[in-house]
Amino acid sequence: MNLRYVSIKLLRAIFTLWLVVSFVFIVLRITGDPTEQLLPDDVGEEIREYYRILWGLDRPVWEQYLLYFKAAFQGDFGVSFRNSQPALDLIWQRVPKTVELGTATFVTALVFGIPLGVMAAIWRDSWIDRLTMSFAVFGFSMPNFFLGILLILLFAMNLRMLPSSGYGTWEHMVMPVFTLATAFAGAIARFTRSAMLDVLSKDYIRTAEAEGASMSRRVWLHAFPNAAVPVVTIVGFSLGGMIGGAVVTENVFAWPGVGRLLTSSVADRDLAIVQGIVVLVAITMVTANFLVDLAYGWLDPRIRLGSGGQSR
Amino acid sequence: MSAETVASAKPEAPAPRGERFWRMPILVWLAAGFLVLVAVIATFAQVLMPYGYEDTNLLFRLKPPFWSSLSIEGHVLGTDKLGRDLLSRLLVATQVSIALALLGTLIGAVLGTVLGVLAAHYGRLVDEIVMMLVDWQAAMPFLIIALAVLAFFGNNFYLFLALMGLAGWETYARLTRGLVLSAKEQGYAVAVRALGARPWRLYVRHILPNVIGPLIVQLTLNFPQTILLETSLSFLGLGIQPPLTSLGQMLGEGRDYLLTSWWLAVIPGAVIFITTLSMSLFGDWLRTRLDPTQR
Repeated sequence: MNLRYVSIKLLRAIFTLWLVVSFVFIVLRITGDPTEQLLPDDVGEEIREYYRILWGLDRPVWEQYLLYFKAAFQGDFGVSFRNSQPALDLIWQRVPKTVELGTATFVTALVFGIPLGVMAAIWRDSWIDRLTMSFAVFGFSMPNFFLGILLILLFAMNLRMLPSSGYGTWEHMVMPVFTLATAFAGAIARFTRSAMLDVLSKDYIRTAEAEGASMSRRVWLHAFPNAAVPVVTIVGFSLGGMIGGAVVTENVFAWPGVGRLLTSSVADRDLAIVQGIVVLVAITMVTANFLVDLAYGWLDPRIRLGSGGQSR
Repeated sequence: MSAETVASAKPEAPAPRGERFWRMPILVWLAAGFLVLVAVIATFAQVLMPYGYEDTNLLFRLKPPFWSSLSIEGHVLGTDKLGRDLLSRLLVATQVSIALALLGTLIGAVLGTVLGVLAAHYGRLVDEIVMMLVDWQAAMPFLIIALAVLAFFGNNFYLFLALMGLAGWETYARLTRGLVLSAKEQGYAVAVRALGARPWRLYVRHILPNVIGPLIVQLTLNFPQTILLETSLSFLGLGIQPPLTSLGQMLGEGRDYLLTSWWLAVIPGAVIFITTLSMSLFGDWLRTRLDPTQR
């Protein structure tokens, strides 16, 4: 792949991350003494003093800034005042559960969204197209906390088929995954549809048809790889929405992930944990966007082969 | 959009405007009607509500709505855990949620449009900085930013309103920048400039009226997102705080009574859903109306 393309994207990713960490630094300094905010109230003055020296609060601001970065790189975000453990450890315990929920949602949304979008594009204006588009609008407008509550009412309280909340078996996953995946699958279906419609109207598809290529061959071999580029982008963009959605969904279903930790920490103003999660989310988003850019470059030969913006 | 579809869309002669504009599908009519209803409720909530939304009556707690035989006279939608009239609370909550979303959307639109114009006008460094902020905001999930700000600064109403305004400004900025950049090159803008108009006159009097269509469409698309942001945060107990109420806050409270009084959560939830759905349907229709290439 084009080295210049990759390095520009990489620099951009690092730059965004730097902005986020700086933002947290500035906000923390605006709002007061960091040792009061990042350490439990009941720690002694010696510990407070130790952290003051460790974070360099006795030194000039620019030096503090560098030390802050050093600490952030080493994963030191301070100590939770609720149970006096390092913030990173507490966050790290929750990460696998959120990743589990997120992965299942991603797979579900792609498995439903992409075929729906492709079918809607092939049979444009048919019932399947209308169904897909209605589903997309539904997913876009439905608040996931409300969808979650409706699911709990129906499947947990009325039909008694699924546990209403908690974590453990696959049955605990069904409703949270469905709740999170609905909006996501709708968005993917909608974008797949419009990307496919765009590609299907191109001359080379007509050429393939004239050459006698079968419908499925035209769709999957000629059209879909070209439609995949915008779809990959939208999948990358949707990650942010999904992280936000996961925060709400984890709360509805008492799923013990990072999102629930975040909301309880915000309510208690446990800032060490909040800043740790913010940086973690930023790293996730920046990495995801970088991977999307790479995938984009790999899927699009014009970028892969480094011929610049030259098109057709 | 490919050249072929644009070309094929062109020969279709545009029908007389006033006549076809009102030919809306039945669903869009329903959506528009519901939005009007919501607007009326949001404006006249204090006149319409039968009781004060904070008035408690511990003798009549958790009473069901009119369809149940256990419902009581005067409380059409029943009462909540403190015996407060659900209908009155619903009206006020709708007012608060709609007002917040509307103000938030407008603040975001003005902020984004101004920054977009500045970026397009000055170019170079200003453009770089604005676009960097746009990228930055697009890269972080806004719910996370909002939660972090609420944690760092503590919750208060004006901060919360400011957050609603910050949500989504970047879409207007990006849109306005692109629209202004292309409008600047068009004949009328060049002519106005050549006649010696000052920049603000060029933008406010000439360019903005020409690019307002897509911005209004963006407004209708952003509005439901702002409602969802407010209701989500309030649902989590981190947005609008009691004694004030909002649709999300009502739903969050009602959620503890799902087993016995499901309507406490379902009624406000349904209002949120139907409002955002109506707005999306109307916005989609408006977009296809104003932009033929989207059809």
